[in-house]
Amino acid sequence: MKMMMATAVATGILASATFAEEVRVYNWSDYIDEELLTKFEEETGIKLIYDVFDSNEVLETKMLAGGSGYDVVVPTADFLQRQIQAGAFQPLDYSQLSNAGNQWDVIQSRTDTYDPNGEHAINYMWGTTGIGVNVGKVTEILGADAPINSLSLVMDPANMEMLSACGVYFLDAPTEVIPAALTYLGLNPNSTDPDEIAQAGEALLAVRPFITKFHSSEYISALANGDICVAVGWSGDVLQARDRAAEADNGVEVAYNAPKEGALMWFDMMAIPVDAPNPEGAHKFIDFILDAQNMAAASNYVYFANGNKASQEFLAEDVIGDTAIYPDDETLETLYTPVPLDAKTQRTVTRLWTKIKSGT
Amino acid sequence: MTCGCLGRIPQDWCCRHERARGFQPRAFIGRSAVKRAFTVIPYIWLLALFLVPFLIVLKISFSDIAIAIPPYTPTLELSEGWQGVRNFFGGLDFENFVFLTSDDLYWKAYLSSLQIAVVSTLITLAVGLPIAYAMARARDDWRPALLMLVILPFWTSFLIRVYAWMGILSNEGLLNQFLIWSGFITEPLVILNTNVAVYIGIVYTYLPFMILPIYASLERMDPSYVEAAEDLGCSRLSAFWIVTLPLARPGVIAGCFLVFIPAVGEFVIPSLLGGSSTLMIGKVLWEEFFSNRDWPVASAVAIILLLILVIPIILFQRQEVASRETEG
Repeated sequence: MKMMMATAVATGILASATFAEEVRVYNWSDYIDEELLTKFEEETGIKLIYDVFDSNEVLETKMLAGGSGYDVVVPTADFLQRQIQAGAFQPLDYSQLSNAGNQWDVIQSRTDTYDPNGEHAINYMWGTTGIGVNVGKVTEILGADAPINSLSLVMDPANMEMLSACGVYFLDAPTEVIPAALTYLGLNPNSTDPDEIAQAGEALLAVRPFITKFHSSEYISALANGDICVAVGWSGDVLQARDRAAEADNGVEVAYNAPKEGALMWFDMMAIPVDAPNPEGAHKFIDFILDAQNMAAASNYVYFANGNKASQEFLAEDVIGDTAIYPDDETLETLYTPVPLDAKTQRTVTRLWTKIKSGT
Repeated sequence: MTCGCLGRIPQDWCCRHERARGFQPRAFIGRSAVKRAFTVIPYIWLLALFLVPFLIVLKISFSDIAIAIPPYTPTLELSEGWQGVRNFFGGLDFENFVFLTSDDLYWKAYLSSLQIAVVSTLITLAVGLPIAYAMARARDDWRPALLMLVILPFWTSFLIRVYAWMGILSNEGLLNQFLIWSGFITEPLVILNTNVAVYIGIVYTYLPFMILPIYASLERMDPSYVEAAEDLGCSRLSAFWIVTLPLARPGVIAGCFLVFIPAVGEFVIPSLLGGSSTLMIGKVLWEEFFSNRDWPVASAVAIILLLILVIPIILFQRQEVASRETEG
């Protein structure tokens, strides 16, 4: 779930050998260990063209326009569900996916709500939307008992007023932040009731004056450099910030928490567009990723959890052992999964978001 | 257009020269079929790349949103024959345009875009005109090099140049570092993520589009006109005002259009340099298209934008033609 304002940057993998066939993959930016791409080409002899995108909206527009030319794409599950409805994907052929048995039933049961029985898509990685903090600065401002694992840290105007001088970033993604505000108010995070959404808007407007910026990727470096105190962001991104700060040894300690009131759990899913030029090659690529060791290599590299049970024995200790990446069962209970919004609710939410951000 | 320096230059002298400078497009009188075929090419180009896309967008603006590929309905089903055509036209309505009037967001965004575009155009003109004038007055052997310097930035991607401005304008950026180092300020100026940064970005990006047409019209000007005006008693300033500027007018008008029109619909610069409170129609359009997935409303926004731009421009051109005719 990486989002950057820049338009998608294409990173084609150039190969010296001549290949009989090629497969085109469209995935999130910074979302794989690039050595895996070379490994795929060596093992299969298929030329891999690997492009990246930075927002679900960009991918969805390509899918709905049709003729994208990609063989494998990786939308987030709630977007995937709507795209399946629109007829954008072809059913997976499990006879070509020898490693499909590696999937983790815990994740599968959750993704089934979007795509029953994995008919069209199979999980790549998943994570939560939560709160990243600069531990030192936040405890300095709010005291040792600062609620760093609670939504009240970012939704209570009293806390936010004190934190604002130090800097608070929010994701620029209404479908992530408005469910969090609904959860804070004790309402259903997937509410489509306009009154409840308006209440969430009021709650966000109350803390709006103290929000430094809405942005979906800048917070990684801002947290790592110690420029800001708090970011509402995606798990793996905050953990990247934590690692960068540790590497820089700049005295900044970053921590990630999924809020105790409940956090949004998202799933990025591999699927094959209905008009994919090389569906057979697409299955080979998905099967390659589903291999336990390959999947583990990807997770060890990007610090996101995956939906592959068999890969867990190959995961590094600081990945599988970190409850920020693989939450314990108790936390897992509190996580909620988003449902795709109908067109009318989506419009209400987008309009509310414009109002929150620009005041118009 | 008024001519004559303090009445000493005969009216028809400079007016005649103005007309001779190619104000009016000469009608093309092709004799051979080959020549005629060549004149058709621009029309085919306009038809295929302007009129047809416009009609498609217009059609989508009358459609309804749908969860499908493409995400709107109705689409023309020729396989259903006459019934298909009837369903197609029956499904079109003005609903999306009515919707645009129901929310003040759209009008505010149009007005704010127009304001940003007008201000940027005026600043670009104020910066570009002296540069173009200086270039046109430079020594003959310098001009190609100066022209090259204006064009040179185009060799780098536009996106990278806007990103470079982010590096210059940010709180820890080069500009603030320099100002703090030189002691002008103690606290960094907040420029990035404000409208000031948007103005800087637009003026910087579109400056060559202002300089080049003005330079082109000034460069062709015979310096003896100004000499004649000065011989007849004009000061340098009034010679510039009465002779040079009117001759640069077509370049100024072209430059203003080249800056103003893309600036109104600008999306990249406000989203990279502007803050969340920068309201521009390009961004509203992006949100309709990508966040709301509502291609029909996005198309309606685009059609209205086109009307806002095209109607005043047509009126302006008529006015121009009419004033030229009265002068003639």
